[in-house]
Amino acid sequence: MSLLEVKDLKVRVEEREILHGLSLTVNPGEVHAIMGPNGSGKSTLSHVIAGKPGYEVTGGEILFRGEDLLEMSPDERAAKGVFLAFQYPVEIPGVATMNFLHVALNAQRKARGESQLTTPEFLKKAYAAAASLNIPRDMLKRGVNVGFSGGEKKRNEILQMALFEPAVCILDEMDSGLDIDALRVAADGVNALRSQGRAMVVITHYQRLLNYIVPDFVHVMSKGRVVKSGGKELALELEASGYAQFEDAA
Amino acid sequence: MNVALVKNETGSALSDSFAIARDRLPGADKVAAAREAAFAAYAQAGLPHRRIEDWKYTDLRALMREVLPLAPAPDAAEFSRAASAAKLHAIEGVRRLVLVDGVFAPKLSELGGLEKGLGIRTLREVLETGDAALQTLLFTPDNANPMVALNSAMMTDGVVIDVADGVVLTQPLQIVHIASGTVPAAMFTRSLLRLGKDAGATLVESYIATEGAKAYQVHDSLIISIGNNSRLDHVRLNEDGRDAFNISSGVVSLGAHAHFNTFGMMSGAGVSRYQATIVFAGEGSRVETNGVNLLNGKQHADTTLFMDHAVPHCDSREIFRAVVDDRAHSVFQGRIIVRPHAQKTDAKMMTRALLLSDDAEADNKPELEIFADDVTCGHGATTGALDESLLFYLRARGLSEKEAQALLIQAFVGEAIESIVNDGLRELAIAAAQRWLEARG
Ligand SMILES: Nc1ncnc2c1ncn2[C@@H]1O[C@H](COP(=O)(O)OP(=O)(O)OP(=O)(O)O)[C@@H](O)[C@H]1O
Ligand SMILES: [Mg+2]
Repeated sequence: MSLLEVKDLKVRVEEREILHGLSLTVNPGEVHAIMGPNGSGKSTLSHVIAGKPGYEVTGGEILFRGEDLLEMSPDERAAKGVFLAFQYPVEIPGVATMNFLHVALNAQRKARGESQLTTPEFLKKAYAAAASLNIPRDMLKRGVNVGFSGGEKKRNEILQMALFEPAVCILDEMDSGLDIDALRVAADGVNALRSQGRAMVVITHYQRLLNYIVPDFVHVMSKGRVVKSGGKELALELEASGYAQFEDAA
Repeated sequence: MNVALVKNETGSALSDSFAIARDRLPGADKVAAAREAAFAAYAQAGLPHRRIEDWKYTDLRALMREVLPLAPAPDAAEFSRAASAAKLHAIEGVRRLVLVDGVFAPKLSELGGLEKGLGIRTLREVLETGDAALQTLLFTPDNANPMVALNSAMMTDGVVIDVADGVVLTQPLQIVHIASGTVPAAMFTRSLLRLGKDAGATLVESYIATEGAKAYQVHDSLIISIGNNSRLDHVRLNEDGRDAFNISSGVVSLGAHAHFNTFGMMSGAGVSRYQATIVFAGEGSRVETNGVNLLNGKQHADTTLFMDHAVPHCDSREIFRAVVDDRAHSVFQGRIIVRPHAQKTDAKMMTRALLLSDDAEADNKPELEIFADDVTCGHGATTGALDESLLFYLRARGLSEKEAQALLIQAFVGEAIESIVNDGLRELAIAAAQRWLEARG
């Protein structure tokens, strides 16, 4: 069974249709890259999959392991294994990162009927994950993303992904704001999570990221639709010729 | 019959009611005369209502309607229920002084092994046998405020605490007000804390109820004087029952180079008003007042602060946070006066309200009256809902709606709670906030 199936999805925001019948099928173990010009609807798709309020689905469906994802609350989706690394992670002053991670992980575990992690158990896990991503411990003591640089915010997203061990990871421009070294560390973190049962959807503007996270499929999105799909060579083609050729197709 | 009927009855009916209660009130001669004067002031005004500017948002005639009869002295069963309630809210390492239904409970209090320089008496004792000067001091709060006047007329018991010059108490003191009565009644208490020069103390006030306590009214007041170079840390936690009324007044005066750090949280009581006057009487002093209202259902909580910068070179900081859900109503009135000679005053007030429902209400009335020219004064206020994008981020990470809200509410009130210096007391406040959040479900 497919892990994630988006079928003919139509989405409106404030009376305006943004996605006009988008389809995407993601199987376990696969890595998909989505590329496309600014405003083509990539983040909108990721938000709708994660369950962000404010989007009206006017057609189509999204299935997660055959279940209707659109019927689930965002926290149910998270507990089932849907994870979105945000393009713009928010700052949450007054909520310590460590506390947030612990509460979130235990909330997901509780929803799945798993045992709660005690503070020492959690700390061990969190520090190990942070170390592998070069995240200093004192960053974890600060408010969630508060005063983090752009790159630190992105690394914090990857850290969460490593901790929560989701089934489907949607990475919305995880490479934006990362310097070359940070990009390599983050990509290594993502690659370490690649597995038979897990799938990744990597949204990016740059071929460079795909040198590190090598996709099985590349999709071009334009004006709210997938207009072309192919293998990893499609990304190189785009890098060379740009999106203009697809604007008409959309 | 009600001891103090206040539905604007005729003067004679009111006086009769007071006369009945009078036999049970401690103190003769001058004390009795001061009570008479206070009652006369109250009788003339009656319960404050919305046409009185200071009570515009808290119309006691509409909300409270009447003052209940004086609570009967607690019996053995009530003391025993109070003992279990006290245990439930016990704090490690704190000296507990317990008032049950407005009466000092020596058996539930810790009076042994007082630190050197610490004196503790009951209000009853002081009003009956204390020296005249101290008795006069106990009547200093102004009868112009009707609820203060009523409290002056009816005060039955409380604790009178003295900390000698040069003494810094190592153990915090806690006054615990426990309501346990099985009949609806009112309790009238007044306490006093005098901190000498170069002294230090930490005082906690807690308001709680036993299992099964009937609708009750707390009428309380606290007089504090802080000597030169002294510091008082003060925490006030109201966890009264949901159908209770709590009308409390504070009168605080600071000497020179003194420091008063106070934190108050209202998460209990159906209707509450905390009104405090803080007077700078000596130069170079500092006050930090931090407050939190956590309200839901039909709760109404009013915090009214009057900061009186009467002398130069003093600083005051007021931080107030309100979290208001359902149809609850939060009121903050902050008045700052900087008198003509109080140059170099630095006074700031910041209030923020978080509304969790469309029917929730938060009123904020800042008033700055500045009569000196070389001062730094300011106030700011915001009112808003929880940030949807933050809520979504948390929910996308697996937190339920209530869990996500709880985390953001804790963060919102955190800044005020962080102001509590004593670790144990800070945890106490966090625990009280936690209880409120858990009761929301
Ligand atoms: N809340 C909103 N209200 C109005 N329009 C919106 C809203 N959210 C998205 N849009 C519009 O939907 C379109 C798609 O936006 P989206 O953020 O999904 O694009 P994107 O492909 O992620 O772009 P980028 O590459 O710049 O991140 C844009 O035209 C955007 O302005
Ligand atoms: Mg985007």
